[in-house]
Amino acid sequence: MLLEITDLAVEVEGKEVLEDIDLYIDKGETHVLLGPNGSGKSTLFMTILGFPKYKVKKGEIIFKGKDITELPTTERVRMGIGVSFQNPPPIRGVKLIDLLKIENGQTVEEELNPEIMETAKKLKFDERFLERDVNMGFSGGEVKRSEILQLLAQKPDFIMFDEPDSGVDIENVELLAEEINTLLEKDKKPGQRQRAGLLITHLGYILNFVRADIAHVLLDGKIACTGNPKEILDDIRTEGFNGCVRCCQTQ
Amino acid sequence: MLPDTIKKAEKAKEKKSPYGYDIDLEKFIKEEAGEHERINKATEVPKKMRNTLLKVGVDPTEKERAGTFIQVDQTGIYSSQASKTVEIMGLNLALEKYNWLKDYMWKVVAPDTDKYTAHTALRESEGNIGGYFIRSKPNSREIFPLQACMFIGDERVMQTLHNIIIAEENSELHIITGCATGEDVSSALHLGITEFYIKKGAKVTYTMIHNWAEQVEVRPRTGILVGDNATFINNYILTSPVKSIQSYPTAYCTGENSRVVFQSILGGRKESILDMGSRVILDGKGSSAEIVSRAVSKDKSEIYSRGHLAGRVPEVKGHLECHGLVLSDDSMIYAVPELVGSATDLEMSHEAAVGKIAEEEILYLTSRGLTEEEAASMIVRGFLSMDIKGLPPELAEETKRMLDMSLKGM
Ligand SMILES: Nc1ncnc2c1ncn2[C@@H]1O[C@H](COP(=O)(O)OP(=O)(O)OP(=O)(O)O)[C@@H](O)[C@H]1O
Ligand SMILES: [Mg+2]
Repeated sequence: MLLEITDLAVEVEGKEVLEDIDLYIDKGETHVLLGPNGSGKSTLFMTILGFPKYKVKKGEIIFKGKDITELPTTERVRMGIGVSFQNPPPIRGVKLIDLLKIENGQTVEEELNPEIMETAKKLKFDERFLERDVNMGFSGGEVKRSEILQLLAQKPDFIMFDEPDSGVDIENVELLAEEINTLLEKDKKPGQRQRAGLLITHLGYILNFVRADIAHVLLDGKIACTGNPKEILDDIRTEGFNGCVRCCQTQ
Repeated sequence: MLPDTIKKAEKAKEKKSPYGYDIDLEKFIKEEAGEHERINKATEVPKKMRNTLLKVGVDPTEKERAGTFIQVDQTGIYSSQASKTVEIMGLNLALEKYNWLKDYMWKVVAPDTDKYTAHTALRESEGNIGGYFIRSKPNSREIFPLQACMFIGDERVMQTLHNIIIAEENSELHIITGCATGEDVSSALHLGITEFYIKKGAKVTYTMIHNWAEQVEVRPRTGILVGDNATFINNYILTSPVKSIQSYPTAYCTGENSRVVFQSILGGRKESILDMGSRVILDGKGSSAEIVSRAVSKDKSEIYSRGHLAGRVPEVKGHLECHGLVLSDDSMIYAVPELVGSATDLEMSHEAAVGKIAEEEILYLTSRGLTEEEAASMIVRGFLSMDIKGLPPELAEETKRMLDMSLKGM
């Protein structure tokens, strides 16, 4: 098992946000996390990533067989966890190209690995764009593409995507999906994949291009339902989140 | 020297400066000019000094330089000139060569400004003339920069100097100037007067890097006269520790459509006290000014970041921007942006922000595998490495390299 989360409870700024979370993700799998606004999806991401504000009150997070519940973010990332953020902050003076080099294991003095440059071009970024301060004045779509590009430079084993498709037009969703498939080794047979992913999406449109294995519905900080992504999405579309959960319980 | 100058200086010998704490001048040794031997090539500077020069942007190989001037303590030890359109030499030699030059002395910096100008003027009257003279010919354009270095090599020395820079009509001139102390010097005093005369249609860029020792006191006094359609761009970089530095250059935009830009990068470390201001008097119709500074305080440093824009005639424009990051509880940044409008129809604004590094930015970088310390230093360097505007491309690139080098220590 790549990631094992058992009986997790999380508090943010004194507020209980997550409770009774069990989540097991193995190599080669892609899981989808669904749920209404404020249900705790981003909180679960940040907790797995180890951001200090997210206090684990109960339970544990095991990654690659090691208990990482108390590990600082840097070390988790160095163990192979990667994330694309919903709303990353702009940082003045920190260039996207320098971040890419660091993520790729290079020093900022080196030339950017030509492979990454190629990938950047596929994601419609030219050299000039890479010189820009990260997320400063990026459009919504550029932010998402830059997050995916950074993951491609970093090559993590477990990748979390927080709404990679929100605010992105149809054409660009396909482009992003293609790179997400690369990241998750979708070209390989499931048994041969070393990596796994957890993807948050509201609309599910991206799932037309990225094949997911399992979906979870988060409601009020609890996983209320787990199952086949297509069926769950259909339920949500026709009956809303509560309707979907109801039918989950009857099944 | 004009008797009037001496009279004024005599009177101001004890006059304290309104900024920066008062320095007892008696504590320092007044070395005579000529204590250090002249050299024939810039590469002949002692090895120890060579590295220091490179740190402040002065290249002893003189590659891609229009000319060089080096002063050690009170002695001009070297000057050379590769360009046909600009002159550079010790001020003492220039005063002998050009009779008219005395009319440019003490005109944009008053000798009775304070005790530091007064002492410099009085030492000058005794024949102790330090500093350089630079002049570009009318209608000329030199893209390679001139370089000047003011070096302090002896302990407890008082270095006084007076620089005169004249850009004749429609000329363009770039200067890199570095100030530094020898590795074995711990305390010293640097008093530097610099007067710029930027005539009609001329453009001057002046990029200064300071690298002093921890017990050095620095009190430069600078005035800039900017003529019709003329441009002055001042860049200042300091990231190494110093005891105290107080400077408040004033640019007088008397010319129509004259333009001034001050860009400062200040890194406060250890117990440094940096009191740095930029003042622009907008007196010419259509003149404009921009003052931008970035300051980071570490350790126990104190940074006073002052800016003053005075609009005195209609149709002038000015913007003042001052951003600071406070990195330690024992350090502080005091931003003082001032705007004075005394005419109608002018446009002046300011923007000041002092704070700490945003937690969110650190976290973002840790989520890319950087440690918190690495993230903080990347953010600080990014914050300080502002795009310096107004330089020709090659010089901009070189300045960027020098800035990157200076920021390594931050
Ligand atoms: N830093 C914080 N301080 C206070 N409350 C927080 C903080 N972060 C999250 N919360 C609260 O926790 C709950 C879950 O938020 P979270 O961002 O995880 O939701 P989400 O499922 O990602 O929502 P969305 O779909 O809108 O992105 C919300 O009620 C939110 O207000
Ligand atoms: Mg969210």
